[in-house]
Amino acid sequence: MNKVQYRFEEENLLKSEPNALRAEDLKEEELIINLGPQHPSTHGVLRLEVLLDGEIVKEVVPHIGYLHRCFEKHAENLPYNQIIPFVDRCDYVTAMNNEHIYAMGVERMLGIADQIPKRVEYIRVLVAELNRIASHMIAIGTYGMDIGSFTPFFWIMRDREHILRLLEWASGARLLYNYIWIGGLYYDLPIGFEERCREFVNYFKPKLKELEIVLVENKIFVERTANVGVLPLDLAINCGVTGPMLRASGLRFDLRKVDGYSVYPELEFSVPIGEGKMGTVGDCWDRTWVRLEEIYQSLYIVEQCIDRLLTDHKRTRDFDPQAMVPKKIRPAKQDFYIRGEMPKGELGFFFRADGRSDIPFRCKCRSASFVNLSVLPEIARGVLVADLIAILGSIDIVLGEVDR
Amino acid sequence: MASVNDIVVKLTSTWSDKVKPGDAPGMVIVEASHIRDVCEFLQRDPDCYFDMLSCLTGLDNGPEAGTMEVIYNLYSIPFDHHLMVRVIVPRDNPEVPSVTSVYRTANWHEREAYDLFGIRFTDHPDLRRILLPADWEGYPLRKDYRHQEYYRGIKVEY
Repeated sequence: MNKVQYRFEEENLLKSEPNALRAEDLKEEELIINLGPQHPSTHGVLRLEVLLDGEIVKEVVPHIGYLHRCFEKHAENLPYNQIIPFVDRCDYVTAMNNEHIYAMGVERMLGIADQIPKRVEYIRVLVAELNRIASHMIAIGTYGMDIGSFTPFFWIMRDREHILRLLEWASGARLLYNYIWIGGLYYDLPIGFEERCREFVNYFKPKLKELEIVLVENKIFVERTANVGVLPLDLAINCGVTGPMLRASGLRFDLRKVDGYSVYPELEFSVPIGEGKMGTVGDCWDRTWVRLEEIYQSLYIVEQCIDRLLTDHKRTRDFDPQAMVPKKIRPAKQDFYIRGEMPKGELGFFFRADGRSDIPFRCKCRSASFVNLSVLPEIARGVLVADLIAILGSIDIVLGEVDR
Repeated sequence: MASVNDIVVKLTSTWSDKVKPGDAPGMVIVEASHIRDVCEFLQRDPDCYFDMLSCLTGLDNGPEAGTMEVIYNLYSIPFDHHLMVRVIVPRDNPEVPSVTSVYRTANWHEREAYDLFGIRFTDHPDLRRILLPADWEGYPLRKDYRHQEYYRGIKVEY
């Protein structure tokens, strides 16, 4: 048996991920520092190569790819329905949203998008919005922890547990659900889910208000985040930034409203944008505040979904959520781009179907975190090191999605 | 307000031999050498105003077809227009001008396409591998890709 596998050499790391900045070019008093890949404030395995002059950041070069799991290569070897678990693992804290957008894309390619029962769509939106709340909670909680407030993180994890338990009850898994299928759902909601869900909403609203007062409007938090990392709107659009980051820069752009997919046109909610309440429009505080407001809106959507699921689209004994699941998924020959709003921004899938097989010829995942992270070098130039951490946290990246 | 079809007609008449309409509505096929000019026009022209590059996809048609493609999904926020721009390049020498100077989104997306397909983007400010290690051999998303047997003594086959 060959036991020793990895062949260690001193130069290995320098060869596999060489620095972009060269030590020879350094001027007086400058130094290069590597932040990460194993650093808690980089939210995973992200490496930032930072050129410092004293404590001022002069240049940031992100190195990504440490969590690359070949999603696109896998997708080229699997039938459409078997890709769903891989889609879950792209952004592992918002698996429901990913599944929803992916399933919607394949349904549109097959041309069965308008035959999906309303009850299925409402359940999809319900679980996706619950997952959106969970994702924003992580974003705000870990952001608080990044810049030094530890307690709210525990509060948030306690409350997030309720969402995870609800979703576990519905799908059987805590994090990676494989619940939304192409053409339907794995299973109908369990009996009593709606009531428990409403209980959670009623429980969570005062807690959220508490979080707002204690963390987001806290003086120390405001002073650490206001006027830091301002992202101007034109730069945001040119860099393709989407989601709460784009909205915090002042554009009311939410794909749930713009594209109006699924049953979102039938639901009432508003799209919060950054107003520069504590500083400038588009600073770190605005981004956090937009996420907080979106949690309120998502709770409102969840309430409406529960109402509809208890009145217009009631649970019936003969309702089969898998009734529309196609036996054979073979889309016609086409190029197709589907996009949808996940908590971090626009999640897009580009498909090329060749019309002859059940396997996509090409499936590209345009992930929000990947594009949002690419704006970091632009807005982190000239800030302090401590602010760099604040900016990185406010972008809200999940490395599983950046690297796919 | 011009519709997407008008924009396709406008493009094909302006660059008559370089831009062809695609096989689906809202799609154009552009010669590789002109992609930056077309993108610049699409972004600047007040009737088009495609201010956002949603997605940039590299694509390999396989050794039999002998071509590779780069697909740009453009979106116009004020007009709510979608346009799919396709560039087809030969497989033995895939070279496309970079559009990073027009859309900064393209920077990392082009690096990804270079990393996984080996499509070279000329005039790109920083064309390095992005997801894979810099000393990885081959371009994994090409259809005829064979992975190397060992990487640093670790067996790649699982």
